Amino acid sequence: MADRERTTRPTGRVFVARAQVMDADEVRRALMRIGHEIVERNRGLSDVVVVGLQTGGVFLAERLAAILEEIEGVNVPLGSIDVAFYRDDIGLHPVHPEEVTDLAFDITGKTVVLVDDVLFTGRTVRAALEALAARGRAGAVELAVMVDRGHRELPIRPDFVGKNLPTRRDESVDVSEQGVAIGDLVAAERDRGAR
Amino acid sequence: MNVDELLADRRAPAVGHLLSINDLDREGILEIMRLSDAFAEVSERPIPKVPALRGRTVATVFMEPSTRTRLSFETAAKRLSADTMSFTAATSATVKGESLRDTVETIDAMGIDAMVIRHHASGAPLRITQWTRASVINAGDGTHEHPTQALLDCYTILETLRARCAGEGPGDLSGLRIAIVGDIKHSRVARSNVLAFAALGAEVVLVAPRTLMPASLEGWPVSATGDFDAVLGELDVVYLLRIQAERLGEVLLPSLDEYHWRYGLTRARAAALQKDTLIMHPGPMIRGVEISPDVADLPASLVTRQVRNGVLVRMAVLFHLLGSGEI
Repeated sequence: MADRERTTRPTGRVFVARAQVMDADEVRRALMRIGHEIVERNRGLSDVVVVGLQTGGVFLAERLAAILEEIEGVNVPLGSIDVAFYRDDIGLHPVHPEEVTDLAFDITGKTVVLVDDVLFTGRTVRAALEALAARGRAGAVELAVMVDRGHRELPIRPDFVGKNLPTRRDESVDVSEQGVAIGDLVAAERDRGAR
Repeated sequence: MNVDELLADRRAPAVGHLLSINDLDREGILEIMRLSDAFAEVSERPIPKVPALRGRTVATVFMEPSTRTRLSFETAAKRLSADTMSFTAATSATVKGESLRDTVETIDAMGIDAMVIRHHASGAPLRITQWTRASVINAGDGTHEHPTQALLDCYTILETLRARCAGEGPGDLSGLRIAIVGDIKHSRVARSNVLAFAALGAEVVLVAPRTLMPASLEGWPVSATGDFDAVLGELDVVYLLRIQAERLGEVLLPSLDEYHWRYGLTRARAAALQKDTLIMHPGPMIRGVEISPDVADLPASLVTRQVRNGVLVRMAVLFHLLGSGEI
């Protein structure tokens, strides 16, 4: 199996896949199902906006917005937020924003569907809720994730899940266009040519 | 343990400081640029504030007059939700004879996370790092450095080039030819900017009369000339420094009028620039000396943009130091 590698800033560690748990088709089907669930839950898409979490949730949010438009034939506002400045671990270890927030519309009164790739401790989602609250008072916030890997540290649960994936705490999960893989973050210096 | 060891042991040294552009390498400067982009977005919001540094305290200690730098740092700290403490020499116990060390230790004892220091003596911020547990940020020390000014200048150039190419601007300053004009010898802004511009790949030319040029340029990644007109046509950025009128007393300049005639950005010189050459000045700008009154208001002049970006870049520096505990 081809290794999918991803460098994480700022630690410079690299994700090395150990096992593929969803392929590209399975991700597409999961997104399709989540799209239908969103339409069903909200009885249509009036007032629904889609917001991806930087950076892993952004491509999923884009694809989900396209699917929603296909299902209902309406235009769904799409944005992205970076939550670095709202994290509760600032000063504990390096926190760096990945990308600039792009939220061009007012969320007041809207149903915001937050989209992320992996739900883990829940701390990113907590930061995202605070970041959203700074922008306006959403009518409701719903959470869609491709993978729920457990190990929650806060009372947060997803509304729409692609796959529930039991993991060890020290493992890492990577979601991409190619699918979902489980693996490890290893130091960049390590010689990976031997694999 | 003897007394020296006890004294040496008093401070935990693990915090990061920004005393010189050399404290950041090229990657560090680019990281500040990326962070500044994120804070530019924050600053455009109806409520331009994030909770990132909630509960931290930033003290500004200004032993030399300054309005824009101090206000810029305080605004930056407040937009990050940090608390601020302000100290200026004129309103403090310094006038009663308190030493710098005692002043710093007094402020440190109140519990602060960062100390922004401006001092007339080169090297004062470095000395202060031994007297406080806080991150020390140099806001201008003597004729040494003014790193946040250089960072905001780099950001302003990059931002302007990006706006010109509809978002697809260059990632650094490579290929740009930048002239720094004026009192290079006494300018901390010039020193920081030479290092920062060069680290990002720009070609820097210093323009000044011999009396205002440093005695040696050895080790500096620059070229130098006394003839402003000879380089005008090939510049991407003209960076003007303030002529400090107090230098006249040192017989370095015959008169301000002569300086203006030979080194000022007059209307005629502005016309000889390429049409997209950027004009920058760290302020305060003395119209009629380093720049003609009407040239300062040309669209190519980025002076007010520099001030606006000063807040963003200082937010980035504070966040980088206090948010990650490393620089």
